[in-house]
Amino acid sequence: MSYIKPQFRHPRLQVNDLGLTHRDYEGALSTLCAGCGHDSITSAVAQACAELSLPPHRIAKLSGIGCSSKAPNYFLNNAHGFNTVHGRMPSVATGANMANRDLIYLGMSGDGDSASIGFGQFAHVVRRRLNMLYMVANNGVYGLTKGQLAATAEQGMKSKSGEVSLFTDIDLCVSALQFGATFVARSFSGDKSQLVPLIKAAISHKGFAFIDIISPCVTFNNNPESNRSYDYVHDHITTAAVADFVPVKQEIRCENGQSDSEDICLHDGSILRLSRIDADYDAHDRIKAMTKIEQFKSEGKILTGLMYIDPEADDYHEINNTSDTPLNSLKQKTLCPGNHVLQTINESFR
Amino acid sequence: MTLFQSINEFVVRFANTNGTGSASANNMFAKAIMRMGLPVSAKNIFPSNIQGMPTWFEVRISEKDFLGRRDGAPEVVVAMNAQTIADDIESVQPGGFLLYDSSRILPQRLMRKEVNFLGMPISDICRAEYSDPRQRQLFKNVIYVGALAALLGLDFKVLKELVSDQFKGKEKLIRPNIYALELGFEFANKQFTCPLPVCVERRDLIGERILVDGNTACALGAVYGGATVVGWYPITPSTSVIEKFASYCQRLRIDPASGQKNYAIVQAEDELAAIGIAMGGGWSGARVFTATSGPGISLMTEFLGLAYFAEIPLVLMNVQRAGPSTGMPTRTQQSDMLTCAYASHGDSKQILLIPSTPKECFEFSALAFDLADRLQTPIIVMTDLDMGMNFHLSEPFNWDDEHEYDLGKVLDSDELEQVVDFGRYLDVDGDGICYRTLPGTHPTKGAFFTRGTSHNEYAVYTEKGEDYIHNMERLERKFITALQYLPKPDININAKAKRVGLVFYGSTAEAMPEAVSLLSEQGVKANTLRIRSFPFSAQISSFIHEHEMVFIIEQNRDGQVRKLLCNEMEIDPASMFALLHYDGLAITAQFIVEAVQARLAEHTEQAAS
Ligand SMILES: Cc1ncc(C[n+]2csc(CCOP(=O)(O)OP(=O)(O)O)c2C)c(N)n1
Ligand code: SF4
Repeated sequence: MSYIKPQFRHPRLQVNDLGLTHRDYEGALSTLCAGCGHDSITSAVAQACAELSLPPHRIAKLSGIGCSSKAPNYFLNNAHGFNTVHGRMPSVATGANMANRDLIYLGMSGDGDSASIGFGQFAHVVRRRLNMLYMVANNGVYGLTKGQLAATAEQGMKSKSGEVSLFTDIDLCVSALQFGATFVARSFSGDKSQLVPLIKAAISHKGFAFIDIISPCVTFNNNPESNRSYDYVHDHITTAAVADFVPVKQEIRCENGQSDSEDICLHDGSILRLSRIDADYDAHDRIKAMTKIEQFKSEGKILTGLMYIDPEADDYHEINNTSDTPLNSLKQKTLCPGNHVLQTINESFR
Repeated sequence: MTLFQSINEFVVRFANTNGTGSASANNMFAKAIMRMGLPVSAKNIFPSNIQGMPTWFEVRISEKDFLGRRDGAPEVVVAMNAQTIADDIESVQPGGFLLYDSSRILPQRLMRKEVNFLGMPISDICRAEYSDPRQRQLFKNVIYVGALAALLGLDFKVLKELVSDQFKGKEKLIRPNIYALELGFEFANKQFTCPLPVCVERRDLIGERILVDGNTACALGAVYGGATVVGWYPITPSTSVIEKFASYCQRLRIDPASGQKNYAIVQAEDELAAIGIAMGGGWSGARVFTATSGPGISLMTEFLGLAYFAEIPLVLMNVQRAGPSTGMPTRTQQSDMLTCAYASHGDSKQILLIPSTPKECFEFSALAFDLADRLQTPIIVMTDLDMGMNFHLSEPFNWDDEHEYDLGKVLDSDELEQVVDFGRYLDVDGDGICYRTLPGTHPTKGAFFTRGTSHNEYAVYTEKGEDYIHNMERLERKFITALQYLPKPDININAKAKRVGLVFYGSTAEAMPEAVSLLSEQGVKANTLRIRSFPFSAQISSFIHEHEMVFIIEQNRDGQVRKLLCNEMEIDPASMFALLHYDGLAITAQFIVEAVQARLAEHTEQAAS
């Protein structure tokens, strides 16, 4: 592992609409274990943001604590990041979003972070309909504290140390669906072709978007007996729908009505194009999505792809009728009612 | 029969049942006294219960302007709760008066000859007048206020004006309320010799003052301080801070053109999230706060450590109640002082503001936002249940329209252009306060990664010992800088000889003028110092050193601020005597005087032996 990133830039490096190269979407050098699934997520996020031509500094990246939560440090160097406390990124993201509704919020968490210590905060940020993309790098174990089983570990799963998961797992996609998320997907860190379009669509989605990303921990949970190992996941993955993301500016040929594909218009005008693999699949049916996930699991399979989307949903600020001007940029003149008003308030106490 | 006599110096205690609507009638009574130009204070003594349990409301009227809770029996008791009537009768001062509902005959065994019983068939009157059960209940309260007006010599016109003011906008309610007042007033005038020997006479002693609770004052301070983002979770006695803030925002913070809110109040899932929300908002440059009490403080400490270490501005209002654990949730104490001063694990420290009056609640709350931004750290406003939920006479609130919010060291995009070497934790000015940038400011400059793990001057993770120490020393330096911005102690030198010094803080202040005066009557001249903030000013240690006998008066068991003074100022513990009151009710002047006298007597004895 080298500690200095070369500054050299290839003259023909591709640039996006903002004139930025992929380089501009990179972060600090990763300190995760070589081969950690989280690093693939990092690069998928960077790629998605680059391809969407997002100005990196208009993104705020927040995380909890864990190997996964370190990841935001490794993408988007020109974005502000906040590595908060264990399990409580959702509340901090909520406050940041309250203060400035104009930024793009990327939340990064682990399965320990979100399904254990932070499960309450996770539930509530979903139901608050915060406009953000919430990603969980799900490895079934606690990486940073060296391999204890996480609450997402399926019953019977055996970690490298031989510990067997005895209890029912928490499926974060099912939870997110139940809590009211308006965009729910699952993917695999090893499958960029699926992950990148999902991230792009999730960022373009207004409201709460959740992606559970299976991201094997090569150090503590990549043993053959683990159903979170690379090989196991590769062998057992089934896709609900192949998502493709069509940016705003590209001309759209609407394929609505065709039986095997659907175009979903996202709030910024871009299109999420879904090709159906499963005839039964309907991305607008919350209950069906939950059932399908459970059904696959009972068959030992992992369902990935976009599971649910409600492109019309309102986000917190619309429900709350918050000012269009971000609250952090309101001036004293607007906020402070002045002494004459205070004197009338004094009167009410006499 | 003895008749107690007093004009303008007495206590009226109302015994009610929770949830019967007595609070507004009792408040009206207190306000009427104030409108007659007389100093008054009003304290709720209520259970941790919503309905049906006994609750008391104590109004002290004092021409001498002594407004702390008073020890001893009340001169007048209004007994409206059958459940507690025996105790309420017992509580009346000999020669005092008991107004009670005589619709049911009082058992003879409860009668006391040294108490003047004023029976009024309030329930019967209501039954005859009102058919609706809710009205029967509500108007009972208004009727006894009407009767008290006659008995205590209140100006009926003042009451009528109060009713009109109270129901402005709901005019339909004015007439029936005045009618109920008249029912009581006329009954009392007819049946009793009015006014009683205990009564009020109009004076002109109020000046500009107002009667208000501390929580409302804190809420207004937040409005004036420019708070826009609130995360909170309900807990007595802090809840009304947020509720009042919300109601003022509804009036003052909705854009008239668009109808949009210039604020966001998020009722969080718990206190962890409540302060997390404040933290996120502060990180993003909004003025943010949360309010809580005891158990909430415990939950918030992890985040307080992060805010301290990562240097995030936020305001926390702690309305203290009696602990540990759930303790006595509706009783008052000052027992979170140590927890808050040293909140969170590791070497961490928090800045405390400690107001003593509603006016200071207003000012310190507004100031807290400037301080949080200036110092980039949490500011905790420490009040308590007595300050927060009871009504205190206070100087009116004032806002200096010339005052500009101190937004602290935040670099905008243009400034960042000029900066060659931005380091989030670089102490450019040597005052321990570094420059920060807000998310979204500049395409290529000023972004950094905020973290609770140790970091160097460029916000990069480090475990190098010298970097850690460098950072921690700077944080310490920042606390020294903070001193110049914090409210100075309020020192009163009454005595030339510096024998006795009384040090106190927060809501204890209400009892102090009376304590000092009583002591002086007994030949003890005392100087006082009121602490208004932490970290402590050097003036406090000077005051302690200059006095022969120093009492630190607190409402907690452990003498928390005394400990804090020993710890922070390296004062010899033997030079300070802990004067502690912590039964959950507000401290009284009598308690202070007795404790001081007892200690002085002991001291003289020791000196003699
Ligand atoms: C309050 C608290 N408790 C415990 C810890 C210790 N801790 C750090 S990371 C972690 C688990 C991380 O697991 P996960 O979220 O699954 O992320 P991963 O490291 O597997 O990516 C724990 C328990 C902590 N930092 N804070
Ligand atoms: S311990 Fe596991 S999760 Fe953590 S960096 Fe290593 S491989 Fe990744």
